[in-house]
Amino acid sequence: MARSSQPLSLTRALAGGGALALLLALTLGTVGAVWSKASFQAGLGPADWAAIRFTISQALVSATLSVVLAIPTARALARRRFRGRQLMVSLLGAPFILPGIVAVLGIVAVWGRTGYVSTLIGTPLNIYGYSGVVLAHVFFNLPLATRFILQGWLSIPSEHFRLTAQLGMTTGEVNHLLERPMLRAVVPGAFLLIFLLCITSFAVALALGGGPRATTVELAIYQALRFDFDLSKAALLAMIQFALCTATAAATLWIAAPQGFAVGMDRPARRWDGKSRRHVLTDQILLLTVGLFLFVPLLSILLKGAPNLLMLPPQVWPALGNSVAIAITSAFCAILLSLALSALIVSLTARWKRSAQLLEIIGFLSLAASPFVIGTGLFIMLNPVVDPFKAALPITIAVNAVMSLPFALRVILPAMSRAEHFYGRLGNSLGMTGWTRFRLAIWPRLKRPVGFAAGLSAALSMGDLGVIALFAPPDMATLPLTMYRLMTSYQMAAASGVALLLIATSLALFWAFDKGGRLDHHIG
Amino acid sequence: MTITLDNLHLRVGDFELRADFQIEAGHKIALLGPSGGGKSTLLSALAGFTDPVGGRILHGDTDITNLPPAKRPVTLLFQDHNLFPHLTAEQNIGLGVKPNLKLSASQKQTVREALARVGLQGHGTKRPSELSGGQQQRVAIARALLRDKPVLLLDEPFAALGPALKHEMLDLVAEITAASNTTLLMVTHQPEDAHYLADQTVLIAEGVANAPVDTKTLFANPPAVLQRYLGS
Repeated sequence: MARSSQPLSLTRALAGGGALALLLALTLGTVGAVWSKASFQAGLGPADWAAIRFTISQALVSATLSVVLAIPTARALARRRFRGRQLMVSLLGAPFILPGIVAVLGIVAVWGRTGYVSTLIGTPLNIYGYSGVVLAHVFFNLPLATRFILQGWLSIPSEHFRLTAQLGMTTGEVNHLLERPMLRAVVPGAFLLIFLLCITSFAVALALGGGPRATTVELAIYQALRFDFDLSKAALLAMIQFALCTATAAATLWIAAPQGFAVGMDRPARRWDGKSRRHVLTDQILLLTVGLFLFVPLLSILLKGAPNLLMLPPQVWPALGNSVAIAITSAFCAILLSLALSALIVSLTARWKRSAQLLEIIGFLSLAASPFVIGTGLFIMLNPVVDPFKAALPITIAVNAVMSLPFALRVILPAMSRAEHFYGRLGNSLGMTGWTRFRLAIWPRLKRPVGFAAGLSAALSMGDLGVIALFAPPDMATLPLTMYRLMTSYQMAAASGVALLLIATSLALFWAFDKGGRLDHHIG
Repeated sequence: MTITLDNLHLRVGDFELRADFQIEAGHKIALLGPSGGGKSTLLSALAGFTDPVGGRILHGDTDITNLPPAKRPVTLLFQDHNLFPHLTAEQNIGLGVKPNLKLSASQKQTVREALARVGLQGHGTKRPSELSGGQQQRVAIARALLRDKPVLLLDEPFAALGPALKHEMLDLVAEITAASNTTLLMVTHQPEDAHYLADQTVLIAEGVANAPVDTKTLFANPPAVLQRYLGS
């Protein structure tokens, strides 16, 4: 075989192997620790069964609703051109990095007991429980599903739409010939991914769920550890959560998940079908409804937060410091892990294609890892050595870095693979090696995706309300946790001010990293 | 029937193209010019995929400027994506007969005859991925044959093929258009294609599509625009 790619150097092998070992220790190692503590004799109580049923059922309903609504929404976005279309498509990406707890606040402002809808119809709605959890999950995942499916629509060559127009096909025939095969390919992956996200989502379940009829497994783990101090119960639940996630992830891999996290949206193909008044009207009504459903909560956060921004309670500032420190550190860790793993995968691809593919799958598998399973495992491993509650910050950093790894890897790996393919060979032919080769031939091509991935990772970490809720002592918090504590003590005005500060900081971090990647950029 | 481009004015982004001439029926015409010069844009406007900002397109005396693509007297073959990848060759051709593919027995027979006419007997049940690039474009030609429109537009559908295969395809197109007296307009940036097939050439450069001229006359005495393009 031609030595087209860089031979596997010792540095690469060590860095990549180290990253892999760390990743496996955090994902599978923690599961092992949990397994050792789980007491299977005790079995599952009725409350545990209820939690399992609720987890699966809400995820099924949320994923189904998200996808069913996303199909016509994506179609409307694909076949209509209107002012603000680009803005709407961009904003559909917002919920992905919107902190969960902030979204809950916005949803409560619209659908809560004293929210806009309750005021409008004159009856107070109850948003807590099943319906609230599903509502919040649809709010989060409808945009994600719409973007995935829209991507599918945009991947249909524009020539095909011209061809259907030339052949005089009706809207129904175009649907049958072009759109249904695309949907058959795209929808199952989108559905499973959203199902997985709904199983592992914590902030929504914490804030809107709870009680015997609306507790997810993730929430039950949290309660077992935080309130009952029942480690073996938590471990048993963590094993169940691990099984649920692994099964879903395996199914997702099997049918191939859709590509394209945060991919820039192309110009839509011009369309000649769907021009009848009925189609235009349904599309308009649909886009307006979805637009209101998604953007009114976001707007309400802005409107309610702004007046409170100058009167933030004092505990906000140390929390802000903690959050920023966690976000920046875990972003750096995620990037280092992704770079080391990508380099190893790219060098292996030339010779051992299968092992490279396996590594890639492992990198993405942490998407299925539940932060609480990892957290519980770390708790068990650290408990004999240090007080886990004193190690809240490092644990949060580690968990956040692993959780954002799949997204970072998805951005960085293809870029590195392309850079190696086109410029690595050029570098080799010119006799560049080691650090010089990386700095001159590869890094300029990676800077931009790395900046984007770091921004994404920092924003995700900034807004995360997961393990920190499990470990944080009462006198210590992050910004999302502070917000949650304010909400549970009904200080909604202060909470909305914190929400705005949180969004602003997340966006600022994302912007700073992304911008950093574009500085001194000479690549077209 | 004659195609008339009456003060036609096209704009795509910053790019503009003007055309004001007639195309007599039955001619084989090459649209020659630099890439990005507007050749494809002109075909796209004729086929109804690009709306003009001014002027009219007439077929005979009928104004077709605002007709939807399917109602126009033209078939356009693209550079690629002429076939749907999940349909068989026969189904792809059948779309030219009935877009919902509910074909009668005699229509199916017609499809098989068209397949044979382009030299693809026995390939009817194959999908595009199982056919070579040249075979795929043959399927597209077979569908154009069944649509039987008076004007055939080629937007470089053979650009990716080697010289021998390209001539083979051009011969096939010539044979089919001659049999039905179809007017042919084909985009090319290679003068030898114009010589090979086209009796007339439309020179498209510098924002203007010039009236068709006899190909031999044109090259015997090339105007300044053509000289600049040819670099002679």
